[in-house]
Order: sequence, then C-alpha cells, then structure tokens
Amino acid sequence: MIRGRGLEKRYGRKRVLSGVDVAVPAGGFVTVTGPNGSGKTTLLRLVAGLATPTRGDLVVGVERASIGYLAHEPLVYRELTAAENLDLFGRLYRITERRERIGMLLERFSLWEARNERVSTYSRGMTQRLALCRTLLHDPELLVLDEPYSALDEAGASVLDSELEGLAGSRTVVVATHDPDRLAALRTGALALA
Amino acid sequence: MTYLADVFALTRKDLRVELRGRDTLPAMLLFVLATLVVFHFALPEGSSDDAAYGLLWVAIVFTALLGLARAWVPEQEHGVLDGLVLAPCDRSAIWLGKTIATLTFLLAAQALALPVFVLFFQPLSTAALAGVLLADVGICSVGSLMSAMAVAGRSREVLLPLLVLPLAIPLVVGGVGAAISEESGRFLLFLLLYDAVFAVLSWASFEYVVTE
Repeated sequence: MIRGRGLEKRYGRKRVLSGVDVAVPAGGFVTVTGPNGSGKTTLLRLVAGLATPTRGDLVVGVERASIGYLAHEPLVYRELTAAENLDLFGRLYRITERRERIGMLLERFSLWEARNERVSTYSRGMTQRLALCRTLLHDPELLVLDEPYSALDEAGASVLDSELEGLAGSRTVVVATHDPDRLAALRTGALALA
Repeated sequence: MTYLADVFALTRKDLRVELRGRDTLPAMLLFVLATLVVFHFALPEGSSDDAAYGLLWVAIVFTALLGLARAWVPEQEHGVLDGLVLAPCDRSAIWLGKTIATLTFLLAAQALALPVFVLFFQPLSTAALAGVLLADVGICSVGSLMSAMAVAGRSREVLLPLLVLPLAIPLVVGGVGAAISEESGRFLLFLLLYDAVFAVLSWASFEYVVTE
C-alpha cells in the first residue's frame, strides 16, 4: 500500500526529514512516533499527497479520493456549520446517500445536536470530533491521522478507539501519536523518527 | 455536469461564508465609497472628464485588491485548502468557484460605486460600463490565482499588490480607453481577449499553485 525509500524533505535549507524508509501493507496499522520537530507531520503530508519528497521514492497505492487525512488543523470552515461543512466535502467526494452518512457520523461523534451551529462556536474538542467526521466521511481506504486524540475528552477518545478498532485490518492506517501505547493492540508496525 | 456542480457548491460556500462573517464585502463597500468621496473633493473644479474616469479606475482596482486580499483567508484559517486539494474534484473548480465569488463581491461594490460616480462626476456610457464589467472578469480571474499564491506566504498584504497591479495595467488601459476613446470597440475587444487568455492561464495553472 505504502512504500517509501530514503525519503528526505527540505524546506529551503532546512531539512525536516532525512533518510526515512517506510513500508505499510494494505490493512496495516502503523504508528509514527518521535519528538516534536522529528518530521512526523511532514511524513504524513507526504503520504497524503500534500507534499512531495525532495529525495527518495514514495509510492502510495491508492487514489486521492480514497485517502482520509486528519491534520493538526481541522480543515473545516469556521463560518459554516458542521452539517454544511460535511455536506460540502460530501459533494466534492461524490458520496452517494450523503445525508445518511453525515447523520450517522454526527450521531456517532455526538455532534448531532450541534450540527446547525457554526464551527466558530465549537470547543477545541468538538472541532476535533468534526475533523474526524470529515476524515471518515468518504470511507477512505487509507487513513492518515496526525495526533487524532489531540483535544479529545475521554468520551471522544473512546469513540475514536472503537472507530479505529472497527477499521483496523480492513483499512490501512498511519497514525502519528505521542501515546503509542493506546494503540498497541491494533498496531501491526511502528516507525520511530529521531 | 459534475464539474459545474463542484463549482456551484464551492461558490455557494464562499457566498455563505461571507454572508456569515461579513469580513470582505462591507470593507469593499466602505472603501470604494470613501475613495470616491475623497476624489470628489480632491479633483479641482473644471477638471476634464478623462481625469474622473482615471480616478474611477483607481477606486475599482484598489477595491478589487481589497477583496482579493481576503479571498483565500477562510481557506487559510483551519487549513481548509489542504482539505479541498485532497478532494477528488478537479482543482481548477476551486479557482473558478473563488473567482465567481470574488466577482460577485466586486459587482456588489460597483452596484454602489457606479451610481455614486455618476452622482459626483458624470454619466457612464454603455461602452464604459461594458469596459468595467470585462475588466472585473479579468482582475478577478488573474487576481484569484495571484491571491492563492500570496496567501501561502507570510507577507500576503505586501505580495498581492506586487503581483496583481502589474497584471492589472492592461485592464486599466482597456477600461479607460473604452470609456474615453471614440474607438471603444477596439478596447472592449482587447479586454475580451485579455479575459480569455488570462482566465485560461489561471484555470490551467491553479493546480500547480496549490500543490507542491
């Protein structure tokens, strides 16, 4: 599914990733760990197709439409409601039965009651839950998650735990995290960046 | 049809975001109104009509710049542009949606500005109006692309005028020419050609601007 050799990424003179090899089979569940500034986010952006490596070869065996990317930022419009944000992305991803899918995700992540409120009024945790809804909206084959537990309370984290349990094995998952132990039961591989 | 549906969804989103946030249009309206009032008192009595047209174009270009400077800010906040770029739609639809939304804001500002210009200065001929409309299309087409480039940098406010103003010079030449020349048709044709060339260039190159 994902195969990268000798990956290097530079922004100008600054090298943020150097000599990274990564191999994730289809259905694999890989955690990416490392201290701040070690290049976790950069690696995930490379895998998601949002950046290209300066050196090295990277092959990601899915189409753009089949990638679900959760970033540090939620990638949703502040002035739109949760329902409007998901409807926009649902249209762009050509999701059939869009309303049912959106409703199911909003229910699952406990945002149904707040679906018609603007994101600018949401707490950080609610925004993160909406970002997870957006990431899962099109039922992606490859999930690229950057610190998915960030800002989630215990209830939100439990929902995410069960969501990832359901996806493990049937979907390929790459997760950058500072808490790899939480995902130890699901993990099939690990990548530690220095 | 899918492409047009994407463009429609993206344009509607931009209009909705603006209606809720009111970050761009009120600023454009106030700016163009204030500029024309200042010009009204600054222009000496008995000045030529040509001078008034020149001032109208100064007001139009800088009002457009104000709108363009804000055009991609909602996408910059919360990193939404990454989300749009990852979506499987044609990336040029993102540019086209933004161009149509920016054009709508500029037309709304001109719906106020042009009557005020007529009130303060002189009536506008049909050719002058056609020149304004064609120049609007050109400045929004090329401006949306330049604004997307500028928003990626830290000094958006400085970079955007440096990118857009040189490209707007032909539009000002065409717009003023259409208003004051006896051969206004030639200038309108020039504006039409500019719009066609730069709209196609911007449409085709947007993908390379938003991806590495």
